[in-house]
Amino acid sequence: MSVTYQSVVRWIQAYAEVIAENKEYLTELDSAIGDADHGINMDRGMRAALAKIEGLPPGDIGTLLKTVGMTLVSTVGGAGGPLYGTLFLQMGAAAAGKAALEPEDWARALEKAVEGVQMRGKAEPGDKTMVDALLPARDALREALAEGAPLAEALERSAEAAREGMEATIPLVARKGRASYLGERSAGHQDPGATSSYLLIRAAADAWSDVDP
Amino acid sequence: MKKLINRPQDVVREELEGIAAAHPDLVRVHFDPNYIVRVDAPVQGKVGLVSGGGSGHEPMHGGFVGIGMLDAACPGEVFTSPTPDQMHEATRAVNGGAGVVHIVKNYTGDVMNFEMAAELARSEGIDVESVLIDDDVAVQDSLYTAGRRGVGATVLAEKIGGAAAEEGRSLKEVADVCRKVDDNARSMGMALTSCTVPAAGKPTFELGPDEIEIGIGIHGEPGRERRKIAPAKEIVEMLATPIVEDLPFKSGDAVLAFVNSMGGTPLIELYIVFNELKKFLDGRGIRIARNLIGPYITSLEMQGCSITLLRLDDDLIRLWDAPVKTAALRWGL
Repeated sequence: MSVTYQSVVRWIQAYAEVIAENKEYLTELDSAIGDADHGINMDRGMRAALAKIEGLPPGDIGTLLKTVGMTLVSTVGGAGGPLYGTLFLQMGAAAAGKAALEPEDWARALEKAVEGVQMRGKAEPGDKTMVDALLPARDALREALAEGAPLAEALERSAEAAREGMEATIPLVARKGRASYLGERSAGHQDPGATSSYLLIRAAADAWSDVDP
Repeated sequence: MKKLINRPQDVVREELEGIAAAHPDLVRVHFDPNYIVRVDAPVQGKVGLVSGGGSGHEPMHGGFVGIGMLDAACPGEVFTSPTPDQMHEATRAVNGGAGVVHIVKNYTGDVMNFEMAAELARSEGIDVESVLIDDDVAVQDSLYTAGRRGVGATVLAEKIGGAAAEEGRSLKEVADVCRKVDDNARSMGMALTSCTVPAAGKPTFELGPDEIEIGIGIHGEPGRERRKIAPAKEIVEMLATPIVEDLPFKSGDAVLAFVNSMGGTPLIELYIVFNELKKFLDGRGIRIARNLIGPYITSLEMQGCSITLLRLDDDLIRLWDAPVKTAALRWGL
């Protein structure tokens, strides 16, 4: 069995839950180097996305992910809206017309998502952004699948790489977004965007841990 | 927090309802998504101008919608970028077939949200040119940051670009004249006090009773330095020196001098600032050919001011003098 439409719904639900649980934490991270709204904005967006996808006729994973993306774009605001919106829109485009995702499909969707985020935010690795969690997640997934790892294990390695990438943002000096104006003062703080990106990849590993390769 | 509001979560909607009630001769207000549009939009054959940004900077941008300035303004939540659906629908509402210029202040969220809106509009066959405003010299290290912030030059670009569109210039010409304003304008602001975002309920930053922040951003972003309060003459020198040296403005230049209130500073003080600025510029042989003095790009109730200088040529002077009829700027009509 592969990742079905319902599995993807479970992932979105799991992400919305984990964002709600970490709303204060994300906002606290953001108040150190940004404008103290990341958790609040993401929570508002994911709640709206959950409400939106409830009304969808099940079937096309592409439509499901695009709906999440469009909802985030119009409800999150700030920089998080376009970035997470683009992430899901690109995943949706990669998964268009699919009722289930094979491991290769997920790897491609994640690749497209990261590409979209980089195109939108113009961030390079090391700029202290979402990209610092997403790029390692993408690469670790690819590597694990190439080695023939089953999906659950590949997802676990992907999430672990995202966590390491997130933690590696702590000493970095921000070069994008509002945090960049702090210069050296942005060092010593974990990036809120990298944190919410790690949670996204972690949620996939948790939601799909029982999916067969 | 003491504010003339009902509930913090209703501030933007109720402000928009007030604008709709006050200026039905100038604008229509559309809700969900929120945008303010010229009452006669779309004007056939005219390039449309759309701007937007977080609320809390009034009268920018909604107060600049009308004849000779903006065709539409998209207000976000207080100090939060509007979302692409707002700019996308506003763009459709003002497209009179000659294309639409987006005037975007350089903040990461604004840039990305406008970029998505422009992509959506282009996918429907609407020509969109985006102009980025980044005139704040307080940001010194623009190479390793998100770049200079868009502040006072935004007001001037909206007026001058609006006049260019009104006289029938093409999409590219209107966008280019807005870029010319940005290229020839420099700004710097300062704060005497902080401001309080209604939803936050407490001041954005702390400033001691005798402290000021030089180089403040319009969302209370930290500036170049915090120091003790000084006479207006010295504060003007602190703001005007980096502005003049950055472009640089030279002896013989004609400029538009824009002295802006951050929201809480009264006109009596702005005129003192303008007087000091005039003396400062006289000393350097720079001539003030036009001026604008008042609260036009504010930061809620923050006390403080900003100075913007724009180097003028004959074309810019003519476009500045052209008639304008909006809630906040009105002459010649």
